[in-house]
Amino acid sequence: MSILIRKPVTRRSVLRGAVQGAGVAVALPLLDCFLSESGQALATGAPLPVRFGTWFWSMGHTPGHAVVADPSKLAFLQECQSLTPYIPYINYFGQFNSPLDGRPNHVHHTGWVSCRTATAPVASGDIPAPTLDVLISDAISTGTRFKSIDMSCTGNPRDSFTARNTNSRNAGEVSPLELYKRLFGAEDATGGASAAKVDPNLMLQQSVLSGIGEERKRFERRLGATDRARIDEYFTSIRQIENQLAIEQQGTAAGAACVRPAAPKDAPIGLELPVAQANHDAMSRLLVMALACNQTRVFNMAFNNALSSLRRPGTAYTHHTLTHEEAVDQKLGYQPEAFWFNCRVMEALAGFIEKFATVKEGSGTLLDNTLIFAHAETSYAKLHAVDNIPVLMIGKAGGRVKTGQHIQGHGDPISRVGLTAMQVMGLPIDQWGTGSLKTSKTITEVLV
Amino acid sequence: MRTRHVMSGLLWMTLAVLAACGRNEPPTSGGPIVVRRLTEAQYRNIIADVFGPQIVVAGRFDPIVRTEGLLTVGAGRASVTPSGVERLTAMAYSIAQQVVAPGNRELLIPCEPKNVATADEACATRFFQQAGRLLYRRAIGPDDVAMPVKIAAKAAIVRQDFYGGLAYGLQAMLTSPEFLFIAETAVPDPEDKSRQQLDGYSRAARLSFLLWNTTPDETLLAAAERGELDDPDAVEAQVDRLMQSPRFEQGVRAFFTDMLSLDDFSTLEKDSVIYPAFGLRAAEDSREQVLRTLVDELLERDGDYRNVFTTRRTFMTSALGVVYRVPVANPAGWAPYEFAEDDPRAGIQTQLSFVALHSHPGKSSPTLRGKAIRELLLCQKVPDPPGNVNFDNFNDPNSPNKTARMRLVAHATEPACAGCHKLMDPIGLALENFDGAGQIRLTENGETIDTSGDLNGHKFTDARGLGAAMRDDPAATSCVVRRAYSYAAGRPIQSGERAWVTDLEAKFADDGYRLRPLLRRIAVSDALQTIARGAT
Repeated sequence: MSILIRKPVTRRSVLRGAVQGAGVAVALPLLDCFLSESGQALATGAPLPVRFGTWFWSMGHTPGHAVVADPSKLAFLQECQSLTPYIPYINYFGQFNSPLDGRPNHVHHTGWVSCRTATAPVASGDIPAPTLDVLISDAISTGTRFKSIDMSCTGNPRDSFTARNTNSRNAGEVSPLELYKRLFGAEDATGGASAAKVDPNLMLQQSVLSGIGEERKRFERRLGATDRARIDEYFTSIRQIENQLAIEQQGTAAGAACVRPAAPKDAPIGLELPVAQANHDAMSRLLVMALACNQTRVFNMAFNNALSSLRRPGTAYTHHTLTHEEAVDQKLGYQPEAFWFNCRVMEALAGFIEKFATVKEGSGTLLDNTLIFAHAETSYAKLHAVDNIPVLMIGKAGGRVKTGQHIQGHGDPISRVGLTAMQVMGLPIDQWGTGSLKTSKTITEVLV
Repeated sequence: MRTRHVMSGLLWMTLAVLAACGRNEPPTSGGPIVVRRLTEAQYRNIIADVFGPQIVVAGRFDPIVRTEGLLTVGAGRASVTPSGVERLTAMAYSIAQQVVAPGNRELLIPCEPKNVATADEACATRFFQQAGRLLYRRAIGPDDVAMPVKIAAKAAIVRQDFYGGLAYGLQAMLTSPEFLFIAETAVPDPEDKSRQQLDGYSRAARLSFLLWNTTPDETLLAAAERGELDDPDAVEAQVDRLMQSPRFEQGVRAFFTDMLSLDDFSTLEKDSVIYPAFGLRAAEDSREQVLRTLVDELLERDGDYRNVFTTRRTFMTSALGVVYRVPVANPAGWAPYEFAEDDPRAGIQTQLSFVALHSHPGKSSPTLRGKAIRELLLCQKVPDPPGNVNFDNFNDPNSPNKTARMRLVAHATEPACAGCHKLMDPIGLALENFDGAGQIRLTENGETIDTSGDLNGHKFTDARGLGAAMRDDPAATSCVVRRAYSYAAGRPIQSGERAWVTDLEAKFADDGYRLRPLLRRIAVSDALQTIARGAT
C-alpha cells in the first residue's frame, strides 16, 4: 500500500468512502487515523499527541555481531543485546543503501546527511536540505512551547544533526542543568491549562518579538534575494518564539504523568564516556517529562559526535581512532575495544527507550505514543561504509506502526525509511529526496 | 610595554602616511554586499564598549560554520535558528536589565523620567537615539526609535516602572536584525557613476570591525554621517586613529583568533589521567599565550610576520610552566619567557595552542598537525580522506611499528591515502617531540622519535627546522595576506581581485612583512569599499 496524501482528508469523508467501497484500500490521514478512541487523552481531554524524535550515534555496528541476519524474525546479537527487551517496540532496517551519484563519500558526514535529508552532500559539512525532524516539527510542533528540543551528550553544541540548511544548524543543549532551566525553569512549565494568571513578563516579551517582526519589510527592503532568504529564516525564528510565548501564556495541555522533575546537579560535560553517559541519562529523564508535559513534540538526541571522540578515562584512543587503528582480533573476528564502545552506545539507546517506557500515558506509556528514528552515520566505521547504515524505528507512534520486524531493503535507497517515518507522522508527502536517493516508495510493511 | 607599543605605532604611522602619498593599487571588480551576523566576540565587544565592561553577557550563541578558513566569512551566510532567537532574547533582556539597574542607569541613561512609575516617551526616545546610533552603526531616524519607545511605554505602564519598561525597549533593539546583522549598503561611486561603493556607514563598519572588532565609535560615525569617508585622506586619518588606539590590539587578536581557529579551544579536552598537567587553566592560558606572542612580535616589536614561525620569545604563567616544564618568573601572572637556543621549541606552531589543540585527547596526531599547518598557516586545502580506506597495513597486530612515523609509513602504502598523507605527515611528524598535550618527549614506546621531514622541498631535521622552512615558504606570507583581506571584507576573495591581492602580497614583502602596514593598506584601499557591478 502506498500512501499518497497531498491534501487534507477528513476522517469522516474517508470512512464514508470505505463504507461505500468495501474491499478498497483507503488511506486515512496518518496524523489522526490511529488515535485511540478509547478515552486516552490529555488532562484537558485533547487526544494524546504523537511525538517524533531522532537518536544519533556514530561508528555504526560491528558486522555480524549486531543483529541476526535472518530477516524473518528480529533478533539482536551481542552488540545490541541490551535492546532485546524492547524488540516488541522496534523495527530494524538493514540493507538500505546511500547511492551518491558520483559524489564523494565525505567520511562520517555523507551517511547521516543522506539518511536525514535524502540528498547526498556535495562538500564536507554541506547540509543540502532540511533534515527530516525539521520537516516534521514544521508540521506538528505548532501548539507547544518548543518547536524541538535538541541535545548533545558530547559537551559541544555543534555536535547536532538537525538543520534547516548548512548555515542554520540547531545547536544542541549540552548541559542537563541548562536544559532543565530551559524546560522547567519557568514558573508554570509543567502545563498551565488550569492556570488562569497572566504573566506580564511573557506578555511583554511577546510584544518585543512582535515589534521586531513588524520591522521585517523595512529591513528586508535593503537586501538582495539571497540575503533576504537568510533573513527570512531569522524572522521565521522570531515568529516561532513569539508563538512559543503565546502558548506559554495560555498554558499547555499536560499529560497525567507530567510533574516537574528535580533539578539535576551541575555536572561536568565532555567526551569521557562516563560523563557522556551520565549527561545522556540526565537529559533523557528531562526530555520524557518535557514530552509528558507537552512542552514539545519533536526532539533530537546526539549520543556522540560524527567522529566519535568518546574515550575511556586514561586511555589514548578514542572510539573513532579505535575503529581505524585497532587490530582485528583474529580469534574474535572484530576489533574488541571498538566493539566494547559500540556495546556501550547500544546500552545508552536501550536506556533512552526505557525512559519512554516508564512514563505512563493512558493505558500505555510514552513509548506507545512516540516514534524514535535512531541511526548511525556509517555501517562499518573501519571502512567508512555508507551502505547498510543501521536505522531503527522505535515506539508505536500512537498505534500507527507494526513493530518487532527486521526489514530488509535489498539495496533500496535509505531515504525510504525517512519517507515512511514522515508519513507515519502525518506529513502529506508522497516523495522525498534528490538524485538516486529520491524515492516515493513507502515501507508499507511497518504500517498498521 | 604599552608606551613602546604606542611609540612604535606613531613612528610607523608617519612613514605610512608618506608612503601612502604614492599609493597606486590595481583596480578590482569589487565584491558583493555582505550581510554578516555578529560573531560572539563582536557581540560581547559591542556590549562592553557601549554599556561598559561591568555588563555581564551570559549565554550561548548559534554556531557559525567556518567558511573559506574564517568564521567571519561564515558569518555572511549565517542565520538564527528558533533556539538561537530564544537564547538571544534572553541574553538581550539580561543585558537590558543590567543597563537600567541602579548604579548603571545614572551613567548610561541621558535623562531622568518625569515620573519613575510610568512611561516617559521623551526620555526613552533620547536613550534609544543615543544607544541605537552605536548599536545600529548609523544615524537613527524616528522610524528606528518608534518601535522600542512604544514597547518601553507599554511595559512601563504594565510594570509601573519607567526603567523596567526601558529594559524591554532595549531588549528589542538588541534582538533587532539592525543590531544582529551588519547589513551593508551600496551607493554609486561619486567619481564614476557606473561603479558602486559602500556607503559611509558600511565603510565605517568594515573599518571598525577590521581594526577593533567592535562597532564604530562616535567619531567614525560622525565622519560617515558627514560624508567624509568618500575622501581617501579622511579615510586614512580615521584608519590611523583607529590603529593608534589600544583597541587595535583587540582587533588584531580577533583576526588571529579567527585565522588560527582558536575558538576550538572552547571544546578542547585532554585526558586528565594521561596528561594530568594539562588542566582547564593551562588550556585557557595556552590560548592567551599565542595571542600575546603574536601581539608582542607583530605590534609591540613591529616585527616581520615570518618571525612568528621561528621566535623563541613568548610568555608564561605558572599553569603553563608545569606543562612546558620551565621555571616561571611570575607565579601570580604572566611573565616574558625565552626558550633556550637548543630548545626544540621555536615558533607558534610549537606552542601548546597548536600542538595540543591539533591532537587527540590522549595522544598526538602528526596528521592533524600537518593538516592544520597546511590549512591554517599556509592556506592550502588538504583533500578530505577517501571513503574506502583500507587500514589493514596500519593495524597489523604483529607490526613492529612503535612510533607514529612507522605507523604512518605503513598506512601510506595504501595508494588512496598516500597522496594526502604526503602533504600532512612530513610536516606533522616534525612536531612529534611534543606529545598530545604539547609536552616534550624524545621517545615513543622506547623508540627514539625521528622528526626529520620536508616542506615543499625544504628539508629539516626537527621542529625548529620546520619553523625555518615555514618562514621561508611564500605560502605562509601569502596566506596571512589573503586571510586578512578576506577577513576585512567578510567574504571570500573574488576572481576580479586577484591582481590586487598579488599586489598586496608584493607590498607586504616591500614593507618587511609587517602586519601594521598590511592592515593599513587593506583598510584604506579602494578595493575594500568597491562593490561589484550589479550587486544588490
